[in-house]
Amino acid sequence: MSTPFYNRVQKLRKQYPQSRSAVLPALRLAQEEHGGWLPSEALREVADALDETPAYVVSIASFYDMLNLEPVGRHLVEVCTNLSCALAGAQSVLDGFAGELGVRPGGTTEDGVVTLRAIECAGGCGHAPVVIVDGAYREPVQAKDVSAIVEELRAFD
Amino acid sequence: MPSTELFLAGTEDHDLRRLSEYREVGGYAALEKARAMEPQAVMGEITGATLRGRGGAGFPMGRKASLLAKNTGKPTYLVVNADESEPGAFKDRDVMGLTPHRLLEGCLITAHGIESTDVFIYIRGEYLHEYDVLVAALEEARTAALLGDVTIVIHRGAGAYICGEETGLLESLEGSRGQPRPRPPFPPVDGLYGAPTQINNVSTIALVPKILELGAGEFAKIGVPSAPGTAVFSLSGNVARPGNYERPLGTTLRELIYDLGGGVADGRELKAIIPGGSSVPVLTPDEIDTPMDYDSIQAAGSFFGSAAIMVIDDRVCMVQLALRAAQFYMHESCGKCTPCRVGTRWLVQLLTKIEVGEAERRDLDLLDDVCDKMLGKSLCALGDFAVYPVSSYLRKYRSEFEAHLGGAGCPLAGISPIEGIFAPVSQHAGHAEVAHVV
Ligand SMILES: Cc1cc2nc3c(=O)[nH]c(=O)nc-3n(C[C@H](O)[C@H](O)[C@H](O)COP(=O)(O)O)c2cc1C
Ligand code: SF4
Repeated sequence: MSTPFYNRVQKLRKQYPQSRSAVLPALRLAQEEHGGWLPSEALREVADALDETPAYVVSIASFYDMLNLEPVGRHLVEVCTNLSCALAGAQSVLDGFAGELGVRPGGTTEDGVVTLRAIECAGGCGHAPVVIVDGAYREPVQAKDVSAIVEELRAFD
Repeated sequence: MPSTELFLAGTEDHDLRRLSEYREVGGYAALEKARAMEPQAVMGEITGATLRGRGGAGFPMGRKASLLAKNTGKPTYLVVNADESEPGAFKDRDVMGLTPHRLLEGCLITAHGIESTDVFIYIRGEYLHEYDVLVAALEEARTAALLGDVTIVIHRGAGAYICGEETGLLESLEGSRGQPRPRPPFPPVDGLYGAPTQINNVSTIALVPKILELGAGEFAKIGVPSAPGTAVFSLSGNVARPGNYERPLGTTLRELIYDLGGGVADGRELKAIIPGGSSVPVLTPDEIDTPMDYDSIQAAGSFFGSAAIMVIDDRVCMVQLALRAAQFYMHESCGKCTPCRVGTRWLVQLLTKIEVGEAERRDLDLLDDVCDKMLGKSLCALGDFAVYPVSSYLRKYRSEFEAHLGGAGCPLAGISPIEGIFAPVSQHAGHAEVAHVV
């Protein structure tokens, strides 16, 4: 069973004295390869590559906010709404995205292009409000910047 | 502004992400010096410098290392805590993103000092850019044969605040859910994979090269005697010039907020100061002359925490602020202890009830009581972190809480900038009943 994914996981596994340590990195890798989330076949691939049960792998995946057990859009927009961002106007930024995209936080646009999420402190409090677009920090983002970001995502799709 | 001495030294005129430029400012000379010394002598310098942990608790690094179990037949591990997720904190991000080699050099010196060849850096999953910077720096260091027999693995988290707690971190690194362990045994005896383990924050380790370079005696002249050196202070909230500022320990909140941060944004009045990240008790404006070092801030009834100073102006409703903090700790509770798992939900429910004007005086007493029943009754400090903001805002701003009671609702409705703030916990179906926002 030496698929390219299996082989990459074996390389990860070698970094650690115990193979279980590779579960988290392997889940991240599997998520990247499955369009940003972990369908059951992805969980099974991770389990098989590390001699774990799928149930164990799910118990790990469900613990972490960055691992998605449900489908997400092709782009992910995350708006920090913790204290410092909130004080700097994060709610108007979140409302801006929700309005522009026509989804509630936590939702995905009908065309499957963008998932919008509120997140906890991202560690950008000195440049608040922080928005993370597909993993890249944009800081600060004000409500007036929202439509340009959405346009950019639609153009790149 | 960064005019700095230790962490960020050289960043004004050099790109210290590059090995060649780091060498131009004397980089890796301290490693060479350390490797020519006996391990005990290296730890002697660190102990002599009274280097206190920058991750929150301020425990002396040298003393922690002295607790490492010897002759166990197992390897000794060094684990660097780069999970930085305390609301308000963003110091380690700059330390890694601007001076990655200083962290790596600190790892290599410490590894030599504790006779370890295995280092793990656990970096929060969101810090993608800093991860890339660290990986590139590590590759450069490896190519330049600086690692010797030491292996450094950079391990990425995946979004869980509790993995910053040291035993939660170890569980996560071992491939389990990041739920803290009962202690004792402590990590220096029984840590990663059951072996002796030294765990330190990024900023603690990044100071090690300067200690070797300057010598413990010179280092100890910076800061205050009980806590020498500098810290990277993170200013955020309603402050005119937010950002990271490196200053000696013992710098007062007034100097940090007014001289460096330019005071309260838009010329507003100062209402509250959260000195160490959202988990620490609040200070009032009359406490602004408190020096920021572990002992002084503790004497004032709060904690140094992660040196993350949040400035709160006079428009902000303290009930809303407490509620938003409580929602965070509820979301991040790992669920292992009943007081923390259940108590965080009670806090959110009660604060919501107060904010919308449906609470009576007895609900404030109940809130006090819930805080009492949580404090000190859980496995890890998250159970206390959830309480400190709530109980301290309630104690110091009680009249504002009272003004909400008996149908009155929020006195700052339409004014408070965080009114109606949406918390991520509301996105999780299982939490929906307590999570609606005001
Ligand atoms: C809930 C919780 C979260 C924590 N998060 C962090 C963190 O993100 N980074 C960190 O260095 N320490 C964090 N700590 C403190 C660590 O448990 C530990 O004390 C620290 O990493 C030790 O390093 P130091 O001695 O160099 O400060 C946290 C503690 C708790 C209870
Ligand atoms: S105090 Fe809370 S976060 Fe810490 S171990 Fe207990 S339940 Fe988990």
